Amino acid sequence: MDSHAIAAQTAEPAQLEHEHPAFLRHHFENVAQQREAATFGMWLFLLTEIMFFGGLFCAYLIFRNWYYPAFVAGSHTLHIWAGTLNTTLLIISSFTMAMAVHAAEVRHRTPLLRWMIITIVLGCGFLCVKAYEWHDEWVNHHVPGLNFSIREFTHTNPAYPADKPLAPDMAEKTQIYYSLYFVMTGMHALHMIIGVGLLTILLIRARAGAFTNGHIAPVENFGLYWHFVDIVWIFLFPLLYLISRHQ
Amino acid sequence: MEQHPQEHHHHFPHPEMGASEPTHTPFRIVSPKTYLLIGGCLLVLTAATTAISYVELGVFNAVVAIAIACIKASLVVLFFMHIKYSSKLTKLTVASGIFTFLVLITMTMTDYASRAWGRW
Amino acid sequence: MSTIVSLPDQSTARLPKVSYLNKEYGLKSWLLTGDHKRIAVLYMISITFFFFIGGAMAALIRLQLLTPYSDLLAEDTYNKVFTAHGLIMVFFFLVPSVPATIGNFLIPIMVGAKDLAFPKINLLSWYLYVAAGIMMLCVLTFGGVDTGWTFTTPLSTHYLNTNVVTAGLAVFVAGFSSIFTGLNFIVTIHRMRAPGMTWFRLPLFVWSHYAASILMVLGTPVLAITLVLVVLERTIGIGVFDPTKGGDPLLFQHLFWFYSHPAVYIMILPGMGVISEVISTFSRKRVFGYTAVAFSSVAIAVFGFFVWAHHMFIMGISNYSALVFSLLTMLVAVPSAIKIFNWAATLYKGSITFETPMLYAFGFLGLFTIGGLTGVFLGSLGMDIHLTETYFIVAHFHFVMVGGMLMAYLAGVHFWWPKITGRMYPEGVSRLAAVTTFIGFVLTFFPQFVLGYLGMPRRYAAYPPEFQVLNVFSSAGATVLGIGYLLPLLYLTWSLKYGKIAGPNPWQATGLEWQIQSPPLTENFEKTPIVTHEAYDYEWLANKTKNEVTTVG
Repeated sequence: MDSHAIAAQTAEPAQLEHEHPAFLRHHFENVAQQREAATFGMWLFLLTEIMFFGGLFCAYLIFRNWYYPAFVAGSHTLHIWAGTLNTTLLIISSFTMAMAVHAAEVRHRTPLLRWMIITIVLGCGFLCVKAYEWHDEWVNHHVPGLNFSIREFTHTNPAYPADKPLAPDMAEKTQIYYSLYFVMTGMHALHMIIGVGLLTILLIRARAGAFTNGHIAPVENFGLYWHFVDIVWIFLFPLLYLISRHQ
Repeated sequence: MEQHPQEHHHHFPHPEMGASEPTHTPFRIVSPKTYLLIGGCLLVLTAATTAISYVELGVFNAVVAIAIACIKASLVVLFFMHIKYSSKLTKLTVASGIFTFLVLITMTMTDYASRAWGRW
Repeated sequence: MSTIVSLPDQSTARLPKVSYLNKEYGLKSWLLTGDHKRIAVLYMISITFFFFIGGAMAALIRLQLLTPYSDLLAEDTYNKVFTAHGLIMVFFFLVPSVPATIGNFLIPIMVGAKDLAFPKINLLSWYLYVAAGIMMLCVLTFGGVDTGWTFTTPLSTHYLNTNVVTAGLAVFVAGFSSIFTGLNFIVTIHRMRAPGMTWFRLPLFVWSHYAASILMVLGTPVLAITLVLVVLERTIGIGVFDPTKGGDPLLFQHLFWFYSHPAVYIMILPGMGVISEVISTFSRKRVFGYTAVAFSSVAIAVFGFFVWAHHMFIMGISNYSALVFSLLTMLVAVPSAIKIFNWAATLYKGSITFETPMLYAFGFLGLFTIGGLTGVFLGSLGMDIHLTETYFIVAHFHFVMVGGMLMAYLAGVHFWWPKITGRMYPEGVSRLAAVTTFIGFVLTFFPQFVLGYLGMPRRYAAYPPEFQVLNVFSSAGATVLGIGYLLPLLYLTWSLKYGKIAGPNPWQATGLEWQIQSPPLTENFEKTPIVTHEAYDYEWLANKTKNEVTTVG
């Protein structure tokens, strides 16, 4: 195509309106390119997170295969109500986060703030339940390396009378289960804490109108991160909490 | 290479330049109704996975649990994360991530799965 | 000897009045820069610093191995020295060498953009590298670490009381530096190409960085989680790698090598990109089989993920698994070989001249081929059982990493030095250094193939006396090699002040970077380029220069 024709082509009216938005960085040609690049970059970052958690899931699969009875016994000591509640909280928070992104896209500041606050509250709720669960594990001597005891597993569990008590060597292996439990939920919780922190910062900037003027990318991409953390939990929940509950 | 003064600082890539331009995907705003529907499905599936875990299915308990988790994850990825409405590049990116994750899991597992075979 | 160098008239030539180097002054303008070119220079300084520390470790190793007895260093100290050598050279030199310096500098220019997609993340990447480097220096200062760069469990988790945790965390941080660089490249290459710059008009340098970036983004996180697990195992004793608690030490190796095998391709692919550019320019010929070279880069990246357990053949994986990985390893050699054939075909009937970058490229062709072929021997299960954990392995990876990658890095530094600094390096001394490096390298590492085959184990502070002669050759070669690496440090620094003014295109090369001034402006291009010609189009270049007058300053 003739270069003169390119130069002569007029910009679309919507473009002229956004000629030089303050948030357009100088090395991008236009807002669309900047937004696409930012989203693509966030997806690539999420790929690194998939592989990061992937190593943990790999370890989990191997040891669940090797020490299934120990994993069953360990899983039965987790509170299924807590796990289900946490899953519910996170799913609702994903919904509210999606609504927040929507509010930014249609440039409604008050709903945006509202949905962001609800998401933060739900996230904190999740962390409170998790803290309670961890405290419970500590009280019951299920923390590997710190106060771990296998006594509970070598005796019958009153909640699961059909569960045979484990032989001492298999009972020892529950420590692997709890190690993975703490590392996986801990890593997830760390991502949640970082998420809540970032969302708080975004909330402050949203109050000042930073995301209802066409500059959606930070909210949108944070949403991607938040949904990803939700997905990790969607897999953690059945793997950790729902092992052989039918007994 | 020709260098030409840009009379307009911002212009969409020109389709006439052919495949040289990064393709521009229009940004679609997903409706809140869709989000509500998907959110509802996710909650139902959560209840289902918890309930089914109390039913004796033998080895299929694990299979069903993971399957439901995969469905839930797919709903989040497709709708909340807008993959259904995203460019081919984004879809390919997600697929490559999942693929690499599966390579890690399956190829490592083949070692563990085959250790006890035969006397080799 | 003929040369293609074409410099402006030195009596009237001046550096351009404005460039990225003098646009702003002051430490803050460098330390808070978003300019990819300045960040590249910052990286170049840092990795050179770490290269010489790693080199000092290498000198200690070769000094120790002059005699069969452990009479220079205690065994534990020797372990710390080779670990430091490995960690520093792999994570603080080879992984960032070409991508973070030359790649950072050139990728935006080669695609026709003003900067990388995320300049702040680029700067963060450098700061993470520096932080990791400082942590590594702390490790060295406070007693070192002696696990070997591979952190093998249960040695690293249960049997040592050295600075494993700090070293592990240093590598963790350096890994994120690498991830952010790769992420930046992928987004830039996909989304910021200039009008007319189709994928198949990109220089092959860009393709190889794209492939390496995919590996960085997908592979490095697995290393990160593995190191986290090692740190947790050491600090609170979680037990995933501890046999007494039911863990599996081999799990560590699976996770570690899942990254560390692709890591070798992260290290070599950018170097291969340099070689494509250099061979084309100094043969005055387009790269033969552009598509094959481009796709083979991506093929190396993809296949590189399927072969990691060939580092674990004797470690306890099942025989079935070993068979599968051995077969796949044979396959992964194919794309690399394709590249060598294509480069050779590029040379055929080209107008070849022997400037310094080309000398390094020739060195690469020969030494990388030998290194790569010995890799195939090692991939063969039966051979590996005899050769693994011997000096054969050491020789193999030094041939590909030093004879291959380091030579490619030096080729790239010399080739693009005029673009980065605006000045030429002194050709006579540089040729001498290149030849010295080649001779020193062969003398150092070829005897190690023989040593390995004869059975000398690696990572040993002492060895049976019958191996001494070959070890002495190797150490002598190391001295020569050291001189070969010191010389560029000296003359390149000298050239910053006294080198000839280079002008925009001293090599008469194609490529967008050679159509702009040397050193470039901060925004790279005065006007966004519109690309209408293919890569390595020497006819287009001849046509263009015929109608142009080169002005400088």
